[in-house]
Amino acid sequence: MLTNTNHPDTWLEPRKEGLYCVPADAYIDAMQPHTRVIVTHGHADHARGGHGTVWATSPTLDIMRIRYGDAHATKTRALEYGQRINIGIVEPVYLTFHPAGHILGSAQVLLEYRDARVVITGDYKRTPDPSCVPFTAIPCDVFITEATFALPVFKHPTLISQIDRLLTSLSRFPGRCHLIGVYALGKCQRVLLGLRAAGYTKPIYVHGAMLKLIELYTEHGFDFGSIIPVTEVTDKHTLRGHIVLAPPSALHDRWSRRLPDVLTVGASGWMQVRARAKQKGVELPLVISDHCDWEELLESIQEVNPCEVWVTHGREDALIHACQQLGYTARALRLIGYDEDSES
Amino acid sequence: MKRVAELFDALYFTQSHKSKSHLLREYLATAPDPERGYVIAMLAGELNFKYFKRNTIKQLMLERVDETLFALSYDYIGEMSETVAHLWPSLPDEDFVAPLFDEVVEFVQSHNKADIDTFLVRCLNNFSPSIRWSFIKIGTGGLRVGLSARRLKQVLAEYGNCDVAEIEQLWHGISPPYLELFAWLEGRSEKPDIRDKIVFHPVMLAHPLLADDIAKIDLSQYIAEYKYDGIRIQVVNKPLGKALFSRTGDDISHSFPDVLPLLDTYGVFDAELLAFDKAGDISTFNQLQQRLNKKKPSRQLQNDIPCGLVIYDVLEHNGEDVTQKPLFERQSLLRELYAVSRERVQLSNTFSINDVEALHSQREQACLIQDGLVEGLMLKKADSPYIPGRPKGIWYKFKRDPKLVDAVVMYAQRGHGKRSSFYSDFTFGLWTDVAGETRLLPIGKAYSGFTDAELKELDKWVRKHTIGRFGPVKEVEKTLVFEVAFDGAHGSNRHKSGVALRFPRVNRIRWDKPAIEADTLSEFKRSFLS
Repeated sequence: MLTNTNHPDTWLEPRKEGLYCVPADAYIDAMQPHTRVIVTHGHADHARGGHGTVWATSPTLDIMRIRYGDAHATKTRALEYGQRINIGIVEPVYLTFHPAGHILGSAQVLLEYRDARVVITGDYKRTPDPSCVPFTAIPCDVFITEATFALPVFKHPTLISQIDRLLTSLSRFPGRCHLIGVYALGKCQRVLLGLRAAGYTKPIYVHGAMLKLIELYTEHGFDFGSIIPVTEVTDKHTLRGHIVLAPPSALHDRWSRRLPDVLTVGASGWMQVRARAKQKGVELPLVISDHCDWEELLESIQEVNPCEVWVTHGREDALIHACQQLGYTARALRLIGYDEDSES
Repeated sequence: MKRVAELFDALYFTQSHKSKSHLLREYLATAPDPERGYVIAMLAGELNFKYFKRNTIKQLMLERVDETLFALSYDYIGEMSETVAHLWPSLPDEDFVAPLFDEVVEFVQSHNKADIDTFLVRCLNNFSPSIRWSFIKIGTGGLRVGLSARRLKQVLAEYGNCDVAEIEQLWHGISPPYLELFAWLEGRSEKPDIRDKIVFHPVMLAHPLLADDIAKIDLSQYIAEYKYDGIRIQVVNKPLGKALFSRTGDDISHSFPDVLPLLDTYGVFDAELLAFDKAGDISTFNQLQQRLNKKKPSRQLQNDIPCGLVIYDVLEHNGEDVTQKPLFERQSLLRELYAVSRERVQLSNTFSINDVEALHSQREQACLIQDGLVEGLMLKKADSPYIPGRPKGIWYKFKRDPKLVDAVVMYAQRGHGKRSSFYSDFTFGLWTDVAGETRLLPIGKAYSGFTDAELKELDKWVRKHTIGRFGPVKEVEKTLVFEVAFDGAHGSNRHKSGVALRFPRVNRIRWDKPAIEADTLSEFKRSFLS
């Protein structure tokens, strides 16, 4: 029950470093080093190095170690999903992580203070993803949701349907090296698992920047089949008709010039917008998103059924409008430091 | 529909012109008539239907989706067809049989509005989003797949193994689905004869005269003319009828019923259309502007602002094509034909220019003619034939320097099409005193003049300096100055500032200039409004 004394307005502040929880003296996904930080997941626009105490799931801490070194924080506290601890300074503030279904280790943050419950989703999605634990709806008073794809035009197809398009292209253009731009963390592993699930058994070639994180996922029990770094291929012409994964930044870089007759493939939620795909020089846009589409957002909100919805990261206007039509109190929580159109 | 949608998708996402052209030729060789003819027509932007337009689709969509969500989606996607393709609710019915592309075209050509609406809704309910996109494009037009009209004709020429000039020449005399064109290209029949038709002839265009050109060209080989500040048109007058075409080939005869009767010489002519005053002299562009975009001008308006022509070239006379004759011969033919002066029809004066100094001084003098009737000089190579397109080194335009003003960026909006998602449309303003307070009043909008790299920087700047939002419009910090170039300014009571600019574009981005040093509205009015 929200009252004048426990309303999150009185204890959660959007600051330029990130969302700040006053009674716990802690930031959620702080963009600058801070003494106490809760991290939702390992993507660089959420997890940074140089903090004091960091609370995160243990896969997220593993990812941060790989990215920022063993000394990325002075003190780390690994929490299991569902494990509830008090991080309050004077009065108790309970922190619990719940699965967000975004990438390995990704979590929603549940904060409880004076009987008020707030869920901060971080990034999340509802479409099945073989590379992480699925999202669970957590009842709360205030639901702080991301809105990356919060427009009714965004309808994300299944992973299988997009992998199918990729395989069709491979058989149609057997002489062309299919170079897929994927983020090294999350998207890469999801695409790999999708290909294997679809029965693709040939080796898959990867850019060096992918290796460490693929290895980490393997340590967490995932099996990607035969993965070969492109650097180990002496005759690059043998890559015709094969799949190569590289970070999006390498698609049109010198790195990709050595590959034979490249067919550029994009794999992101943005690929649904034709002009975006074209601006990035993508010939085969695969709509593979690690965020909720419009329906998923609305369904999640209705499932959680909070008193208030706070919207951040993206197209707030549309989601707020739709929430209000559904009868929810909704407003924008404008956090600085996130480029509203940045890709992930 | 599926085959065509796949072709459009492939053309859209293919990068190189060579592959695009290959894809299209492959398609032409395998697709049947009349489908391929309609496809060509669509790519060339020649398909137009009375009851299937952009607005038809928009209205049908708005019956199915919240208006606010539609507006936000459209703003974000930056394109109507794609917005609707994704927004349309999928409602497949079992006995739906997908129509062929040409069946769609023929249906919307031959039915009434109610039937067409029903047909469109059923198709949209059943199609996948990617087929929907191509389907909607049939009606909305503007299918941009990176094939210009010129390149499209080149593909046709390659397909039929002929010269692209032959296609250009035929183009406006034939119509979709171009059965006779394909029959000829495939060697199944003679070349279509279009001599008697009242059609637009492809025009010859000029390059701007740049400093390099001035150093390079031999002025003695060029003939100079005034470049009047009107609109370029083509006059076609044949025994079977007459017409005025815009430079893009639209028949605009209906807008100028007072000009048609002035034509009494058979032939095809290049001319500048201008407003005239009661005394029969050429009047300003501002006057002419009141006649533009009026489909049916009132008698009163025709009387107040009559229009007329300055003729400067001839492409055909008495059924004879004279485009291969050198310019000086075509000009003497014109002088013969227009030896007797006519009401509101003048012949463009020609003169020679001796040296670079004279070139500059002649331009300066020309631009001083009352109220800027003349916007510069044309230089045309005396011995050159009339070559459609924009051949190099033959025709030059030497326009007056644009006017410049330093204005402050106030609002930004996302672009459309290729620029979807980039903040590329800017509203800028000048300082003025309102009740003792210095503030900005908008004087115009600009969408062009910057490079792609600058566009990216501007986009980034907008995102970092947003201070407010009004739907799709972002208000930005008033700190960035544009040096805006424009062709003219006139008073306007539609705008709070009281001025409107003609063809404003960003000349330079003044990252260095403090906003407070931008120009004031009162200075601007003193300098540019007479």
